[in-house]
Amino acid sequence: MNIKHLQLPLSQDDIKRLHAGDTVLLSGTIVTGRDMAHRWLVDEKPDEIRDVLHEGAIYHCGPIMLKEGDTWTCRAAGPTTSIREEPYLADIMQEYGLRCVIGKGGMGERTAEALIKHHAVYLFAVGGAAVIYADTVKSVENVYQLDAFGVPEAMWVLKVKDFPVIVSMDSHGNSLHRDVESKSKKHAVSSIKNIKLDS
Amino acid sequence: MMNSFNENAFTQQVAECIRQASCELPEDIEQGLLDALACEKEQSTAYAVLETITQNIRLAKEKSRPLCQDTGLPAFYISHPLGVSTRRLKKCTEDALVWATEKGYLRPNAVDSVFAINSGTNLGIGIPDLHFTEWNKNEIQVKCLLKGGGSENVSTQYSLPCEKLSAGRDLKGIATCVIDAVHRAQGKGCAPGIIAVGIGGDRSIGLKTAKEQLFRKLDDRNNDPLLDKLEQSLYEKLNKLQIGPMGLGGKTTVLGVKIGKAHRLPASYFVSISYMCWACRRKEMHFPLDDV
Repeated sequence: MNIKHLQLPLSQDDIKRLHAGDTVLLSGTIVTGRDMAHRWLVDEKPDEIRDVLHEGAIYHCGPIMLKEGDTWTCRAAGPTTSIREEPYLADIMQEYGLRCVIGKGGMGERTAEALIKHHAVYLFAVGGAAVIYADTVKSVENVYQLDAFGVPEAMWVLKVKDFPVIVSMDSHGNSLHRDVESKSKKHAVSSIKNIKLDS
Repeated sequence: MMNSFNENAFTQQVAECIRQASCELPEDIEQGLLDALACEKEQSTAYAVLETITQNIRLAKEKSRPLCQDTGLPAFYISHPLGVSTRRLKKCTEDALVWATEKGYLRPNAVDSVFAINSGTNLGIGIPDLHFTEWNKNEIQVKCLLKGGGSENVSTQYSLPCEKLSAGRDLKGIATCVIDAVHRAQGKGCAPGIIAVGIGGDRSIGLKTAKEQLFRKLDDRNNDPLLDKLEQSLYEKLNKLQIGPMGLGGKTTVLGVKIGKAHRLPASYFVSISYMCWACRRKEMHFPLDDV
C-alpha cells in the first residue's frame, strides 16, 4: 500500500494531490473539537484559536486525558461521529481556513461542497482505535474551553506524529461514504424484497 | 432480615470489573473481528481497518488502557439474594465508578442536559443505569455494559405497521425494520456492530429488551426456534449489504444479530433496535457471600 506522509500545516497544493482512498500518516499540530466546540466557533468566532486552525486540522474527538502534576497526558483518543457537525463545518472551514477534518462516519453534501470550495479533505480515522491514536500524541500543547466544556468537549491542541488516516472525502468531489451508501442501498432494497419468512 | 456484605471488598471488585470492561474486549467479540479480518483481501481498506481494530484491542489490554475513548453510559445489571440492600449496592457501584474515572479507565461522560455541565465523575441523574434483580443464589452478580454514544445515536425504534417501509406486524416486517436501521446507520455506529432487537413491549420495555440481548455471546443461539431462524437469516442478509468495517465497504457489516421479545399492548407493535459498536464492552463478576 502506498502511504503518504504529510506535515501540517498543509497548502492548497498538498490537498490537491490527495485522492479518496489514499492512506496518510499525518504529523504536526491538530486540535480536537466536537459538539460544543463547533457551536462556539460558529457563534462566537473566537480569535485566540485562529493560528492553530489556519491551514490546520480539526479532529472530531473527545479524548480521555489525565493530569499528572502540571502535565496532561492522552490516555485514549479515537474519533467521534462527524455527521453531527454537518450544520457547522462548512462555515468553520470558511471562517478559519481549515485544510483537514478528521473523524469517523463521513460527512454530508454541504461539507463535500465546502471541501471543494476551500481546498480541504476529510480524513477518516478508525472508530474505537483509541490507544493507537493516543500513542501518536507526542505532546499536549494547549487546551481551550476546558472549564466551560469539560474534558471530552474541550479543544485540545495536540502534537501528533504519524497519525494514521484514510482520505475518504477529497477536494475533487469524491466521497467513499457516498459510494458505500448508494451501493448498500441497492443491496438493502433487494434484500428486503427477497425476505422469505413464515410467521 | 438484613444481609450484610463486605462493602470495601465489593467496591474494589466492581472497580476492577469496570477496568476490565473498558480495557479488555470479550474473547468472543475479538474472535469475531479476527474472523472478519481473515475474510478480507490484504490490500483492501476493510483489511486495513480491521487490522487497526484488532491491533488496538491487543494494545489496550497490554497497556491497561481504555480501548475506546467513549466509555459510554455505564450500565450495571445486579443480581442479589434476599436482604442485601440495593441502596448500599448502588453506593458501592457509584464509588467504583468515581475511582475508575479518576484513574482514567472511564471518560467523564455525565453531562447536565440543560446546563451542559459535565459532573466530572460519571455520576448524574439516571447515571449509572442500575438494574436490580433478586435471586436465590448466595452471591452478588454484577454485569457491566459500556455502550458508546455513536452506537446509541444510531439505535432506533419502529412502530408497525410502517407504511413507508411496507412493513407489517409479522416477521417480514421486523426483518425489514432491521435491514433499514443497519442501512441507515452505515458506519456511524462503528461497524461491524452487534444488532440487538427487542420485539414488542412499550417504547421503553422494547429498548430495554433489545439492550439485554447484548449480554449474549456471539455464538449463543436463541431458545425460540422462530427467533433463532430470524437471527440467522438477518445475520446473512445484513452481511450482504457491504457497508463493511467502519462503513468503508467490505464483507462484514455485523458480527451478530440477537433478538428478544416482550408482550405488547394490542394497539402497539414496536421493533426496537439497540446497535452496539464492535467495541461491545461487557464484563461479568461474582461476589460470594458465604464468608460474611
